[in-house]
Amino acid sequence: MTEVIPLARLMQGNEAVAEGALAAGARFFAGYPITPSTEIAEILAKKLPAVGGKFIQMEDEISSMAAVIGASLVGLKSLTATSGPGFSLKQENLGFAALAEIPCVVVNVQRYGPSTGIPTATAQGDIMQARWGTHGDHPMIVLCPASVQESFTLTIQAFNLSERFRTPVVLLSEEIIGHSRERVVLPDLSEIKIINRKKPPAGLDRYCPYQADADGVPPMANFGEGYRYHVTGLIHDESGGPTTDPKKAESLINRLNNKIMDHLDEITMTESLMTEDAEIIIFAYGATARSAKSAVKKAREMGIKAGLFRPLTIWPFPAKEVAALCARANAIIVPELNLGQLIGEVERVAGLDTRVTGINRVSGEMIRPDEILDAIKTEVKVKKHAK
Amino acid sequence: MQNSVEKYLRTEKLPHIWCAGCGNGIVLGAMVRAFEKMGCNQNNTVIVSGIGCSSRAAGYMDFNTLHTTHGRALAFATGIKMAKPGIDVFVIMGDGDAASIGGNHLIHAARRNIDLTAIIFNNQIYGMTGGQYSPLTPPGSIATTAPYHTIERNFDLPELARVAGATYVARGTTYHAAMLTNLITAGAAHKGFSLIEVVTACPVSFGRRNKMGGAYDMLMWQKKQAVSVEKAKSMTPEELQGKFVIGELYKGAAPEYTEVYDRLIEKAQGKSEEE
Repeated sequence: MTEVIPLARLMQGNEAVAEGALAAGARFFAGYPITPSTEIAEILAKKLPAVGGKFIQMEDEISSMAAVIGASLVGLKSLTATSGPGFSLKQENLGFAALAEIPCVVVNVQRYGPSTGIPTATAQGDIMQARWGTHGDHPMIVLCPASVQESFTLTIQAFNLSERFRTPVVLLSEEIIGHSRERVVLPDLSEIKIINRKKPPAGLDRYCPYQADADGVPPMANFGEGYRYHVTGLIHDESGGPTTDPKKAESLINRLNNKIMDHLDEITMTESLMTEDAEIIIFAYGATARSAKSAVKKAREMGIKAGLFRPLTIWPFPAKEVAALCARANAIIVPELNLGQLIGEVERVAGLDTRVTGINRVSGEMIRPDEILDAIKTEVKVKKHAK
Repeated sequence: MQNSVEKYLRTEKLPHIWCAGCGNGIVLGAMVRAFEKMGCNQNNTVIVSGIGCSSRAAGYMDFNTLHTTHGRALAFATGIKMAKPGIDVFVIMGDGDAASIGGNHLIHAARRNIDLTAIIFNNQIYGMTGGQYSPLTPPGSIATTAPYHTIERNFDLPELARVAGATYVARGTTYHAAMLTNLITAGAAHKGFSLIEVVTACPVSFGRRNKMGGAYDMLMWQKKQAVSVEKAKSMTPEELQGKFVIGELYKGAAPEYTEVYDRLIEKAQGKSEEE
């Protein structure tokens, strides 16, 4: 008799995001319809009220992001979901959340752009926008799922990191993941590790909302809990009040970025497949890594020492891990569904000693495993010539 | 001796940033007097503001205060009220903030009839950026971006809010400061979306260019141009030309958004069969 796993289901990527959000404890969603992310809103419109949560379809993308920040400030774990054009519209308030240190999760199911592009075609075109879309120097954590299962687990992780570091986290999915259906095993809720925002102790004479602990993260009181304080998108001092003092401004921006960069061990998630002895490494993220995995296995069958390195956290960029790869490998191939976005970071880390080449596609189609395999074979030839 | 309204202010954040003669302080004064009158619970009240001179008022008040992005105050406030309906939410905006960049949020907050009290400081100009025309600048005015004169018609903001679905709509002025306190108190007590437009003076960026005199003259202008709701009833449209009506302009009843949503939760949880 086959074993029945009660929590195994066939699920769509967007549905897994919605389930992950609920499992993480999200109780507020504000959004605006946009392909290919709409299912997340539709599912949460049904499921949130059933668990006492709140769903609201706002008048636009900008207000959705604003409402999410407002809801988080009074204590509900909150998210919004969108795609390219909507992600562009959310950028200003995303920056507000980063500066005011309001935890929240923004799901961007990437679609072909720029502009309206091809709404139903997949892409990885928002890699740099996810990092630098809002103006000014700001921290940003961006996670990239490669499967439906990972859409679930990384959504939970996105909430955890957001609460841990009081910062917005972007879950950067893709049309092909959001709309694919795969087998998913949902863990029991008791097995899921949940992180909640650090609270100040009760009964303080004076609560300083932006006075950080040693880890760079200030404890966060929710509005309505008794500590009255000011939140602003202006540069502020530890009391939350606006300031233009150069020293205070610099110290705030440095702290915001350092609270992330000082805790990469908690944030950086990567996966390596046969990279130990690999001479040629594929650096791939999201759905492209699925093709890459297949290509690497085929290459190994042919006796080529290929490996796959897959960042689940693409921002902050896993520079330390990539540097370690570069120390071992002769070549790194970076397939991306864009004209070369994250490859720039790989090149920066690789320097001149390791060859870095891209495979780029902007047709709205996936990069096939055989195309990556061809690129691997080319690298083998290059290596022979070099000898 | 501590003034009875001082407890609502973050006195350590004063003096404020506003220019001499600015009417914003009068609106702030009316707000704190309204808080005193209604016996406001500061811990359970959130004041949200947008961007502009008026929106700095939030930071001077000792509440949970949220100074947001330009035009988006109502959207942030909607998230707050929706997430925790038990919290009282006031929203401070300027005329450009509320009627231009935030115009969409204004009509939708009104349409939902969500229980927020919006106070719009209407100084008829973008003051903080130095005097550009707003959707509430009267036609024919001079602004830095209308060096000849404005050619656009201005919104009647209370009327816009009313037709969009707001259930409490009022207009006051900084001249009629005692009335303003009453309008804010009534707006706050009203369940549903309340909008109170306050005509206030910007002598530096509006009055000066439009030869309206100083702060005192602009207050007198408010006195002269304002017509009470009661008096307006007996006036012809010709007589009302160029005037503005003050007082409680509209009070209606409609289901309040978060209450309706709470019933939807009960339905989703199977506690109620009610539609």
